[in-house]
Amino acid sequence: MADIKNSADLSPPSEIIGPLAWLRSNLFSSPLNSISTLIGLYIVYALFIPVIDWAFVSADWLGNNKDACSLKGACWVFVIQRLDFFIYGFYPDAEYWRVNIIFVLLALLIMPQMVEKAPYKRFSGWFFLTGFPIIAGVLLLGGILGLEPVSTDKWGGLLLTLVISFVGIIAALPLGVLLALGRRSKMPAIRIICTAFIELWRGVPLISVLFMASVMLPLFLPDGANFNKLLRALIGIVMFQSAYMAEVIRGGLQAIPKGQYEAAASLGLGYWKSMSLIILPQALKLVIPGIVNTFIALFKDTTLVLIIGLFDLLQTVNSAIVDPNWPQVSTEGFVFAGFVFWIFCFSMSRYSIALERKLDTGHKR
Amino acid sequence: MQDNTKQEIDSEKQSEDIIKLNGVHKWYGEFHVLKNINLSVQQGERIVICGPSGSGKSTMIRCINRLEEHQQGQIIVDGVELTNDLKHIEKIRREVGICFQHFNLFPHLTVMENLTLAPIWVRKVSKEDAEKIGMEYLERVKIPEQADKFPGQLSGGQQQRVAIARSLCMNPKIMLFDEPTSALDPEMIKEVLDTMIELAETGMTMLCVTHEMGFAKTVANRVIFMDEGEIIEANEPHKFFDNPEHERTKLFLSQILAH
Ligand SMILES: Nc1ncnc2c1ncn2[C@@H]1O[C@H](COP(=O)(O)OP(=O)(O)OP(=O)(O)O)[C@@H](O)[C@H]1O
Ligand SMILES: [Mg+2]
Repeated sequence: MADIKNSADLSPPSEIIGPLAWLRSNLFSSPLNSISTLIGLYIVYALFIPVIDWAFVSADWLGNNKDACSLKGACWVFVIQRLDFFIYGFYPDAEYWRVNIIFVLLALLIMPQMVEKAPYKRFSGWFFLTGFPIIAGVLLLGGILGLEPVSTDKWGGLLLTLVISFVGIIAALPLGVLLALGRRSKMPAIRIICTAFIELWRGVPLISVLFMASVMLPLFLPDGANFNKLLRALIGIVMFQSAYMAEVIRGGLQAIPKGQYEAAASLGLGYWKSMSLIILPQALKLVIPGIVNTFIALFKDTTLVLIIGLFDLLQTVNSAIVDPNWPQVSTEGFVFAGFVFWIFCFSMSRYSIALERKLDTGHKR
Repeated sequence: MQDNTKQEIDSEKQSEDIIKLNGVHKWYGEFHVLKNINLSVQQGERIVICGPSGSGKSTMIRCINRLEEHQQGQIIVDGVELTNDLKHIEKIRREVGICFQHFNLFPHLTVMENLTLAPIWVRKVSKEDAEKIGMEYLERVKIPEQADKFPGQLSGGQQQRVAIARSLCMNPKIMLFDEPTSALDPEMIKEVLDTMIELAETGMTMLCVTHEMGFAKTVANRVIFMDEGEIIEANEPHKFFDNPEHERTKLFLSQILAH
């Protein structure tokens, strides 16, 4: 009886599966392929070994001043010692806990979005966009609920980088949607205004927008009208990024077939309902890579605020490496800053890939 | 007194015309697509429209729910004249369902969400009731088991039946069809036509652009032949097919029935 097994379902011969087979078919399939594999391995070896050695093997981690560093490898002591400055800028030590609460809250809110079926996902998503900014604003600014006021001049480091990019991202997306819809509007006045706005901001470098916001704007404002510097920078960045966002989203809108608009209209849906229920969900899904690309660019562009004297993460590193107490630590500083930026940008990119996969409904045009 | 009654009967007769086109003209730029179209459709009538490609069939039925705008003449649907007034247009569109050649289902929503979207957002029906109605119509088009799939996972024939069900969920007074079977493989055409025949049996007012002459013979009260933007001939099916009056109709029929 046992002999009458299923005729199918034999396991494949070992030559076509398993790691060895993979190596053979991918890396050593021909003489040319083998040579290039070997050359590649050598390059990796030649580059990686010194880097690993510098960053880990010969690096110094413990201590509290420059003497702890042997200078044979990376001096991470410097980064660790100045970490508070890189994270909080000039935020008062006694109030760090307020920033920490925000960081923890941020992590707690982002985590469920990364998991497929987290409980309260929708709620935490909405809270992230509405409640969280208010709580964060109150905590950071203080001045009410018995919290010590902290002026925005004192904000800096990673905190400032995150504040600017968070506000930029949260505001640029809806503004971009409105501008994109406006540019495709049937009403000429709205179309012209939106087109002009987009083309104006796209035509100017961000650096000059920031410069104008900080240097020129006060000249036009009446004396005494002292407009917060961070706020001016934020407005400039949001305007600038929403123009880019609008063009990305317009690309998505254009890719939606006319039949979708007609089907929505023929069911009696008005303009806003067809846009928000039918057209935008599809259009935004199509341009997720472009949107995230814009977010990543925005995140990195926050470093430009240094030209108006704001201390973002990169600028705190920049000012710490010229400290005479810490000679020759610029490489460590920039590697650290680069690594932090990379972590954030890479996470955004992975998130967008996961999102695209999740939203795929098997409809291929 | 007598006058009054007569007027009443007249107005009653008038109101039976659920669709009325009076001298409708339409141009695409310089191109005169619809030329002096006159058509009255009574409640419960089933009309099949045929004619060569480019003759303006789609344009005409799309004017009835104002997916296209006409430039001259009058279109009155369910007692409301179609003008630029958005209120009127949305009102008409609630009462007029349309099925397209390429289904135009919403690919990002499940079948059930496709069905319930308009009832919930336009008719303000509760989600539970909308789903109940949705399920009823899915059963009527014989695919209740597909409710949770996405349109991209269905066959063409199933998609078109979902599209019909989607329109029906709005409980329309009139259904328009623009070549609902011409994008389908032959074996799927029948399932869609069967659905449409069942719909006709419920007394729905239907205007259907199609080249399925078998369907026209069994279902239609009237067959309309269009060519170059004009209605050339309109007649009961057996007269239309057996004794066409116009040369152009004869030519068209001979071409289409030759297959
Ligand atoms: N948006 C448009 N702009 C310009 N011309 C158009 C437009 N839509 C249709 N036409 C033209 O109007 C004419 C009638 O088009 P319509 O789609 O109504 O024809 P039809 O009878 O439905 O043909 P078919 O059987 O091929 O669907 C065609 O010659 C077509 O080229
Ligand atoms: Mg057509």
